[in-house]
Amino acid sequence: MKLDMLTALFVFMLATFLGLDIIRRVSRLLHTPLMSLTNAISAVAVVGALILAGEAHDTLSTVLGAVAVFASTTNFVSGFLITDRMLRMFKKRETKKS
Amino acid sequence: MINAAELCYFAAAPLFILSLRWMSSPETARRAVMSAVIAMSLAIGGTLLLPEIHTYTWIAIALVAGVAAGVPLSMVPLTAVPERTGLSQSFGGLAVALVGIAKYYLWLGEGALTPFKMGVIGGEVILGCLTCTGGLLAAAKLAEMMPTRPITYRGQNIVSFLLLGTAVTLAGLLIYDPTQSWAFPIIIVIGLLFGVMLILPIGGADMPTVISFLNSYAGLSAVALGFVLENKLLIIAGALDGSSGFVLSIIMCQAMNRSVTNVLFGAFGSAKAAQALGEKKTAKSATSNDAAQLLSSASSVVIVPGYGMAVAQAQHRVRDLYELLTKKGVDVKFAVHPVAGRMPGHMNVLLAEAEIPYDRLIEMDDINPEMPQVDVCLVIGANDVVNPAARTDASSPIFGMPIIDADKAHTVLAIKRSMNPGFAGIDNELYYANNTLMLFGDAKAVIGDVVKELSGESAH
Repeated sequence: MKLDMLTALFVFMLATFLGLDIIRRVSRLLHTPLMSLTNAISAVAVVGALILAGEAHDTLSTVLGAVAVFASTTNFVSGFLITDRMLRMFKKRETKKS
Repeated sequence: MINAAELCYFAAAPLFILSLRWMSSPETARRAVMSAVIAMSLAIGGTLLLPEIHTYTWIAIALVAGVAAGVPLSMVPLTAVPERTGLSQSFGGLAVALVGIAKYYLWLGEGALTPFKMGVIGGEVILGCLTCTGGLLAAAKLAEMMPTRPITYRGQNIVSFLLLGTAVTLAGLLIYDPTQSWAFPIIIVIGLLFGVMLILPIGGADMPTVISFLNSYAGLSAVALGFVLENKLLIIAGALDGSSGFVLSIIMCQAMNRSVTNVLFGAFGSAKAAQALGEKKTAKSATSNDAAQLLSSASSVVIVPGYGMAVAQAQHRVRDLYELLTKKGVDVKFAVHPVAGRMPGHMNVLLAEAEIPYDRLIEMDDINPEMPQVDVCLVIGANDVVNPAARTDASSPIFGMPIIDADKAHTVLAIKRSMNPGFAGIDNELYYANNTLMLFGDAKAVIGDVVKELSGESAH
């Protein structure tokens, strides 16, 4: 999976435009859950950490990789869970007639 | 050649995009989390199928430990969500920086450091390191484990930029000659230092903006990692995070009428303390009985909550008040200022937790045209966001900041501990206005009393 510099920049540019456009449409009500969600999404960096820890080239890279896997796993696990916890609290008036 | 991992990444990318798309409304938002979880599982599963991964011991240990640490971190009270976010950005930065560091030494040994690879590793390590310490410091400030006021010294910005300049120059040297490996640890140290210097001069009131900026940095560092690993999924997911942080910071800056540079380098709130007012003004105070009568005879009430409400843990009493008044046929709405709370949208989450329906939470721009028709505006623990000086007094530090026009309501009820000026140290004219009545005391106790009066009243 070779990726030359220009293609990579293209992907980055398109994703940024898309991101700016989508985020502007997010309801202001949900900005806090949005932030914890995007935070968790950026923990996809775990991919790089997994390769590093799994290749086991030498001790340094394996240890750094394992710590990185730990840090990003913590991130997406807590990020997804807390986002869901917050979103569950948003209720409309009609739905809560007790 | 297409392998299984590539296919998984290809499926994960649109799921991440859809996930953010579904955040546009609370009705579809829970689907958004589901979609992101599936995408993340695909990304991890696909990676584990890669042929170059041959030991799973370390991965398994790290994954289990990560889950074990992540679950309790997701249980924090919702008032602590901002510091959790800061901590999480710090972890994200750390992970990216560590991978970058390992890649440098690996490729240095193999002689595989092309100028492009070296350049992106340099950027990745600087971004990752500064996000790591910056996020940590922001979390400490938000948790009030360290002073929230700006910490400044002379020539601060110059020192910071000299440092960053040095790091960039050293990275440039490494691009030219990657074997000058003495320079690499210095870049790491400067990256870590720069994160500290970035957050130190920023005061507590600007934390909502800073936490959004850090989100942007965390995203960009993931993008840099994507460049290093030639992985499109990382670039896309990182760009989404980066742009979300960017959009949110812009919204926060606009809500405070500040420029981005002013927030980052202005050390707001440090320079001058509140100016003592020349003339002696008096505020009218009211009892909870007066307040109860006013509220129950009103036909429309707007509640303006500020972070003071959350500090006093008064949300649930506010909900009781909301339910009582709604039962009496009063139209109750909540006016939420974009910077209410300590991160973007924080107040909405705190009110949703107290089971206040979200269709009652109204944004500033939508509520302001209605304010002149509102009978009672109840201000709970909010201060600067309802200060009319932002509209009228050109000498005020908050002049030009968009505010909720609480003063335009027929009657204003303001709950406050004392007449001390608020967070930014600016005196508030609203409290001395003719149509304002002050309710002095702890927000939770005061609202509790008002609720008691109201329910007692309906009993006879």
